[in-house]
Amino acid sequence: MIKNYFKVLRAGINTTFQDLGRKNLYHIGIPFSGAMDKRNFLIANKLVGNDYNLPVIEFAYQGPQLKYFGDQINISVTGDVKFLIKKKKDTIDGICYKTFTLENEDEIDILSTNKSVYGYLSISGEVDVKYQWSSCSTNTKANIGANNGKKLELNQKINISRINENTNHKSLKYINTKIENIRVLKGTNFDYFSQKGKDTFFEKEFAVSKLSDRMGMRLEGPKIENIVDTNIKSEGLIKGVIQVPADGNPIIMLSDHGTIGGYPKIGVVISADYDKLVQLTPGSKVKFKEVNLSSAETFFKLYDLETQNLISQI
Amino acid sequence: MIKNISNLGDAALYCDFGQEVNKDTNTQVIKYFKSIQEKNIQGINNLTPSYNKLIVSFDLQKTNFQNLKKEIEDLDIINIKNLSSKKVEIPVCCDEDFSLDIKRLEEKLKLSREKIYENFFDKEFFCYMTGFIAGMPFLGDLDKNLRAKRLETPRVKVPKGSVGVTEQFANIYTFESPGGWNIIGNTPINIFDSSKETSPNLINPGDLIIFKKITKDQYLNYND
Repeated sequence: MIKNYFKVLRAGINTTFQDLGRKNLYHIGIPFSGAMDKRNFLIANKLVGNDYNLPVIEFAYQGPQLKYFGDQINISVTGDVKFLIKKKKDTIDGICYKTFTLENEDEIDILSTNKSVYGYLSISGEVDVKYQWSSCSTNTKANIGANNGKKLELNQKINISRINENTNHKSLKYINTKIENIRVLKGTNFDYFSQKGKDTFFEKEFAVSKLSDRMGMRLEGPKIENIVDTNIKSEGLIKGVIQVPADGNPIIMLSDHGTIGGYPKIGVVISADYDKLVQLTPGSKVKFKEVNLSSAETFFKLYDLETQNLISQI
Repeated sequence: MIKNISNLGDAALYCDFGQEVNKDTNTQVIKYFKSIQEKNIQGINNLTPSYNKLIVSFDLQKTNFQNLKKEIEDLDIINIKNLSSKKVEIPVCCDEDFSLDIKRLEEKLKLSREKIYENFFDKEFFCYMTGFIAGMPFLGDLDKNLRAKRLETPRVKVPKGSVGVTEQFANIYTFESPGGWNIIGNTPINIFDSSKETSPNLINPGDLIIFKKITKDQYLNYND
């Protein structure tokens, strides 16, 4: 039996295995993790004929360069990504949302994400990774999940345990759009902020800081004035919560966030905007826009329907 | 009892048990947490109990705020007279290499290190919650004379096993992490073990903890 595997020629900046993450562990301090951009994750698996929740490789900014050894295998890349497929005789410019076939000793070189942060590489079949609490998602903070909870490293191998028999090529027409208005619901400590602070939050522009990662997104802009207390008694956090610490700059909790926090919550990003939120690159300018709960629920239904429609087109 | 239920974003309930942080309030939080866990309500995908709050996160594809709010309001709370708590002894070494903030505490509290340790060790602590990082226990209540604020500038890396204090609480860093608590010692035992999926935490909410002072020799030989 021939062993099928990738060898890592370049690991990329923050390359991890992800699926839909793990549930019901907040109370012991373990966040959901999982793919940051869920829609692009789901599409990636569908394009290579996988079940919806199989592990994919998530990368940020610069992706990995991988050399393949083994039987023919299909792959696909989603997001807004520049990549090359290097064959023995020629090099092909990669196209996102399209299936490609790799042969023995072909390489895939993921150069960069364009005007976005995360991209996904799916492999037609299953990779041999460690599952913990029914998820392979790599949580590098707690060293949980695939790859012993670590980012992909130079020269390591990614072993393929099964290749899908169906080798049909598929494609999807989809363009990622960037958001400028992040829709939010008022947070549970909204009244900790002065009228001026509230106005600043909803009317002024904020820039995404370089200090953003899978745990959180820091924003810079005019200081949001707090008139009650810059600390609260530590309590649970969820994805999308916007905390404002004493320096007045908002921090949005993302998939690998600490499960408990002690800063006032001014708002929470609506679920429908999460996939686009995480794709905002450092320097991007954003504004927060208030919506109410029933609108947020409607926007989620629309987002969910659109995702299902895209998947059913593949 | 829950004083108020509001929404935290569009996919979580924010259950408020009141402003006070004490064992009684926290025991109520834990009872609700365990009751909801046991009931296995459709759509709930996370529960985060803390000192005086319980956050119930749910899958917006399966349920919504109004439906779940009603279910939680109508919930029968299981009567746990004695929450199945256990007693855990935590050995701690306060050698200079480990007690990173003892000098700061001596100054802030105007107490000698001997007095600080005397007021810290061999006392019973109650575990209010676990989290922030995997398995980190939040333990109270700290002796009134030992209460100090967090560091002005948090450390980028607090070593694994560090035992810290701030305000009315003590905690244990289950692995290396950023943090701003005043570090007074280090424990050689593993508080979080991700290979034990059913019970990765040594300490759970409701447990009783006693810190025991050990020497550096005992620390170094602890895991032999």
